[in-house]
Amino acid sequence: MGRLMKRFSHLFLPLSVMVLLIIINLVKGADYFRITMVNGAFYGNIPNIFFGASELVILSIGMTLVTAASRGQDISIGESATITSAVFVQYVLQANEVTLLTILVAFLLSSVVGLALGAFNGTLVSIFKVQPMVASLILFTGGRSIAFMIDGKLSPILANDLSNKIGTVIPGIPIQTPIILTVVFIALTAVLFKTTNLRLYVEAVGINPNAARLNGINPKKVIFLTFLIMGFCSAVAGFIAVNKAGRHDSVNLLKLIMMDAILAVAIGGNSLNGGKFSITGSIIGAYTIEMLNRTLLRLEIEPAMIKVFKAVFIIILMVVASPVVRASITKVVDKIRPASVQREGSVPLPIANRVGKKEE
Amino acid sequence: MAGVNAIKKKTRLSNSNLLFLIAAIIFVLMYLFAIIMYPGSFLQFQTFFDLFNLNAPLIIMTLGLCIVMIGGGIDISIGAVCGLVTMACAFFLESGRGSIWGAILIALGIGIVFGIGQGYLIAYLEIQPFIITLSGLFMAQGLLTTLHKDPINVTMPDFVKLRDFEIVINWLGTRNRLGVFIPCEIKPGTIIVVILLVILASLMKWSRFGRNVYAVGGNAHSANMLGINVKRTMFITYVISGLTAGIAGFVYIMTTGAGNVGNAAGAEMKAIASAIIGGTLLNGGVGNLLGAPIGTLTLLVINELIRAAGVQSNFQAMVSGLLLYFFIVLQSIIMSLRDKREFTLALPPWLRLSRKAQGEALQHR
Repeated sequence: MGRLMKRFSHLFLPLSVMVLLIIINLVKGADYFRITMVNGAFYGNIPNIFFGASELVILSIGMTLVTAASRGQDISIGESATITSAVFVQYVLQANEVTLLTILVAFLLSSVVGLALGAFNGTLVSIFKVQPMVASLILFTGGRSIAFMIDGKLSPILANDLSNKIGTVIPGIPIQTPIILTVVFIALTAVLFKTTNLRLYVEAVGINPNAARLNGINPKKVIFLTFLIMGFCSAVAGFIAVNKAGRHDSVNLLKLIMMDAILAVAIGGNSLNGGKFSITGSIIGAYTIEMLNRTLLRLEIEPAMIKVFKAVFIIILMVVASPVVRASITKVVDKIRPASVQREGSVPLPIANRVGKKEE
Repeated sequence: MAGVNAIKKKTRLSNSNLLFLIAAIIFVLMYLFAIIMYPGSFLQFQTFFDLFNLNAPLIIMTLGLCIVMIGGGIDISIGAVCGLVTMACAFFLESGRGSIWGAILIALGIGIVFGIGQGYLIAYLEIQPFIITLSGLFMAQGLLTTLHKDPINVTMPDFVKLRDFEIVINWLGTRNRLGVFIPCEIKPGTIIVVILLVILASLMKWSRFGRNVYAVGGNAHSANMLGINVKRTMFITYVISGLTAGIAGFVYIMTTGAGNVGNAAGAEMKAIASAIIGGTLLNGGVGNLLGAPIGTLTLLVINELIRAAGVQSNFQAMVSGLLLYFFIVLQSIIMSLRDKREFTLALPPWLRLSRKAQGEALQHR
């Protein structure tokens, strides 16, 4: 049990937030978990959260890697996704007949563009040693204009049967397609981490690039690789987003999503200064953010006030999770506990573990 | 500009000053290029002053942001706080019982409250600055829309007088096409920029606090061991940044005369870009406050150039992105060459030339 606690202690923060949000929702109305069947697919609060957060989850996976390896954040992910999806839309639109092959080729094409954009940022960060946020500021500034240039007009409409199916539901399958795509992507990521040394390399580079280099890991290559993965992630996210929307709006597609993605990484218990990371935490963090957004809507808070509530919630969350507050809570708890337990507790445990123990 | 480490006479330029120098040279070259390309507009003094007149809020915000960045943090809430201040001031001035001094107090108050709140959370509770200032951004935007959604045009007579107040320099000016002499006009915002620049730059350069900020940004652990109060230093940097955001908000409404939801939207990214062009590194510990206005002006001159060239507005963003790329790569190459200089005994001749050019530039300053 203790070992299990230790292994999952980093998930304590996102999971407790999620539980809190579920409780708030249940207080508001007991029908929170109700799932209805419409046209042969599941709808309801929970499926909607999974549906709405699909791009965010994929982007936050890439963001976690970038953050861990390069100790900085890529702020151009929304713009990259806009460019890749513009390429996707253009390829689909020029085709006479939209078949599965067309979609597949278009997706591959957009992935190549995504990889190229990732390589652009990655080159700047790894070879030119620019801070990631600065390097991605370039694409952030010019990205949407490039997407508009590719589009050629304001918002090309993606009106075909297949895109519609990818964006919503395939008849016969009760789960919305974006959810399936997200699950497939998460599974692929899991396989990637199980079969390769990527996690070890990324963490080593993130903790100390010089030490990693002395141990035979090339930090430049690892950082470059994480940016390539980020580019691919943004291509997938753009693909899902544009199919969901049914049209390519180069101005508003995935606008300011990097803020949410970075937030997801932070809520997932990861340090924004690189080092050890937890993809699971980020994924849960991304779903938590979507849940928070929908909870605020469900509580019928005035639209103007929603951002304030979001901000207050995030601040409370981060205060609770902050090391200083945790340490002081532990101190208080130690004082309250009887002396026999205190002697046992005086063994220097990791703080997160102690807080976890308190919850038992 | 020998820098903090001016122990020997023949000391190496510190990184802060080198990056600042690059920024300054680029700005001068850029402006010269603009003058050569469009002598009709860029030779006028008014064009130069208008860069200040219209963009004073951005420069003020960049000043505050630079201090935070030198201290190793980041503040992305400044744009939203500035917007909130404009709306709050407009709301207050139009409420019927408003006064200009009250509006100034409101502006400073909002800025300081945001600064203290964020500073406390970041410095004393050790929460990541990006997250806290991001929620500060959300908070300010939310409060802004809660306060008022529609644009407010301030019609209070006292304020209109202040808004239209301009300092006219009679002996500087240009003749327009009809041959009528038009003297130069300077808005009060420009004066505020200059005053703040002098105050903050000397604070960072000569005061104990300023040196502490450099030390904390360079390496917080060593600064702590040297006996510097790291937490308080970081806290004060955020308070200053909040304060400058508040001042920027008041200058903004003094320039435009209206509170609007879209005021200063996205200014934080512009400010970050300006700070970077001005030679402040996001890692902290490196930067020069004089670079802040230069970075902003460089960015603005780029925009003005693109506008003067009559390029489609869509290209504007792309070209500014491209130029940003150019600056960033240039800075990085120069920094890495500088690092290598310690290891190579014989310099390649072209590098020696560049050093000479730097020396000349130093003499010019």
